[in-house]
Amino acid sequence: MFGLFKKKDELEPSLLGRLKESVSKTRAAISAAAGNIFLGDRQISPELLKKLETALLSADLGVATTREALEAVREKMDREALRDAGQVKSELKKQLLRIFEAAESSPAAAGAGAAANGDGPRVLFIVGVNGAGKTTSIGKLANRLRQEGRSVLLCAADTFRAAAIEQLEIWAQRNGVEMIKQKSGADPAAVVFDAVTAAKSRGVDAVIVDTAGRLHTKSNLMAELEKMKRTAAKVIPGAPHDVLLVLDATTGQNGLAQARQFTSAVGVTGIILSKLDGTAKGGIVVAITRELGLPIRFVGTGEQIGDLAPFDARTYVDSLFD
Amino acid sequence: MFENLTEKLQRTFKNLRGQGKLSEEHIDTALGEIREALLEGDVNVGVADDLLAAIRAKALGSEVMLQLSPDQQVLKIVRDELTTLLGKHAKPLFASRPPSVWMIVGLQGSGKTTTTGKLSKWLTQNGHRPIVVSTDVYRPAAREQLAQVAKAVGTTLWPGAGTDKPLEIVRGAIREAKLSASDVIVVDTAGRLHIDDELMNELGMLKKELQPSEILFVADSMTGQDAVRSAGEFHKRLGLTGVVLTKLDGDARGGAALSIGKVTGAPVKFVGLGEKYDALEAFYPERIVSRILGMGDILSLIERAEQTVDRKMAAELERKMRHNEFSLEDFRDQLKQIRKMGPLEQIMDMLPKMGPLANMPRDAHVDEKKLKQVEAIINSMTNEERGDHNVIDGKRRKRIARGSGTTVQDVNQVIKQYMQMRTMIKQYGTMAARGKLRGLGGKLSGMS
Repeated sequence: MFGLFKKKDELEPSLLGRLKESVSKTRAAISAAAGNIFLGDRQISPELLKKLETALLSADLGVATTREALEAVREKMDREALRDAGQVKSELKKQLLRIFEAAESSPAAAGAGAAANGDGPRVLFIVGVNGAGKTTSIGKLANRLRQEGRSVLLCAADTFRAAAIEQLEIWAQRNGVEMIKQKSGADPAAVVFDAVTAAKSRGVDAVIVDTAGRLHTKSNLMAELEKMKRTAAKVIPGAPHDVLLVLDATTGQNGLAQARQFTSAVGVTGIILSKLDGTAKGGIVVAITRELGLPIRFVGTGEQIGDLAPFDARTYVDSLFD
Repeated sequence: MFENLTEKLQRTFKNLRGQGKLSEEHIDTALGEIREALLEGDVNVGVADDLLAAIRAKALGSEVMLQLSPDQQVLKIVRDELTTLLGKHAKPLFASRPPSVWMIVGLQGSGKTTTTGKLSKWLTQNGHRPIVVSTDVYRPAAREQLAQVAKAVGTTLWPGAGTDKPLEIVRGAIREAKLSASDVIVVDTAGRLHIDDELMNELGMLKKELQPSEILFVADSMTGQDAVRSAGEFHKRLGLTGVVLTKLDGDARGGAALSIGKVTGAPVKFVGLGEKYDALEAFYPERIVSRILGMGDILSLIERAEQTVDRKMAAELERKMRHNEFSLEDFRDQLKQIRKMGPLEQIMDMLPKMGPLANMPRDAHVDEKKLKQVEAIINSMTNEERGDHNVIDGKRRKRIARGSGTTVQDVNQVIKQYMQMRTMIKQYGTMAARGKLRGLGGKLSGMS
């Protein structure tokens, strides 16, 4: 339904530029000692694997994922199928790309989009831990949808955090879209009900629901999220059609626990990797995709309204080694 | 559930021979396991490797401690090293002449505004008169957020209305602090990336103007490897005086604390443990070391229990235990309390797998649904039945099963479990009466 969720988007020229820019910032920030792993490393030296391991671990891929990827490379090296450092590097990239490709055909990826019904609005839930960047991502997502010619309605279901409603309201104004809200402290499920009902009667294309940040370990708050989901489904069967988990790129190994818990509670269908304009690589998404088969939908690269781009696995994997 | 470090080390050393001095082989095998634990706990890989080198040197030269097994001995060296790195408990700093200024800095979404609210509450409770001000003129509704937080904690706020220049805002706050006799100005700054030159320069300017006694770096405990870069850059530019580690109420291991400690040398001064404004606590290095190593965090478990357990209920329960009045209703309340503490798997993970729990199966599956079912069964009983399980005959059991959507077998099982627990409590009651468990009894009543 939305170009947004098409399987293979043409890589936007702006994304490459943006990622390159963030990578060059990264380069500047990393001390010279780290250097480029592959420069002057034509031969396969014993240190090469160690360097690769450090690169992957430093990008937050985690011990298990790093080990698995390197194991596959090592095996090929043992069979002398890889001749030089360049081939080792491209083999490792291939291993990582394979993880993302597998997620494209995973049940989670297939579910998203398939559930979109021809009539009635598409309902998107944006979930995540505190401070992940949910509200900012929604502002940018609404902008993308508007540019595709879709009508959008925002739902201020974070009734807990101070000034969360005001924050979303500013994004609604910037996008020139309507926002449904209640008072601070109101039952978030009631706001969801209002918003989805309003969207249905007005015939808008998409409702984006902003939820309060919550740690995945708080069972009562996760139950609250489940209730919001049930409420949406009561108004529009099959809703929410997308549950996007916003993950801060600086997150370490805990990202996996977050993805697990949110998925088991409300069935996450995809990930928005936020704050990728810093020096963090967000490599925990590789571990998440590997274990849960969750596709990465978008990456956030700044605070401006246009700083959201579709995820491109190849560009991303390349950036892990820069 | 993963095998934790203690178990891994025990297993490793079981396969190694040799008595007396720790052999090189012992140590290197152990260090491999420890490295993995540190990395899984989000300690930066460079920091971890440096630490391991230091630990290796110490372990090789260490005398044999007869009272410790080799695995315990290595662990002790590791713990000591990590604890030293995290530093001692450090007190917050104030200027010799008020008003003192505390600058709150950090990346986006680390928890600066919430922390500002918590700090002002902490200051008030400690006899200060804080005033808070936000210089976040960038993020939508950021200043409004601090205004609402200030109102919630009852702190004076300098709104800085009429200007969107951070420097002008803080100048106004200083004037206001002097007028209102506030002795600490807490400055909530905008979240920024450490590589954003322009915004980092702005912080430098603010520092020059404010001459703060504290520059606190707010760090999300879920941060991964990048912590060394972000904290390192903030420190290089500003000279951090302390760290506030936030969102520790989740299940992140918090290895970023070590990375940050290593690159900045700044001590963790507070930890954030929740969204309520009194959820700010002093930092205990030993605790987080256990947590980072994934060795169970019994102290945090107790804290969590204390936070969630209804104190009145606990006192009442203790009284009932002593008098042998533990009813089915109490049994249900107990289960509820346990469930309130969070996902059971997590609670199990917090428990150290040693001592009496050493033989607990690793994959001991705790079925939360089963707990809910038990609750439903007890809910379907009448008050009379809950007070005295002896009246529950076959006919009643059938009714209860119907009411709770379970089977008679399920009901039978619950009653059996209840009776077992009652027997245990009876024994406990007898022991407590003899004074054998004074410690535990004291703990329970101390909570009321």
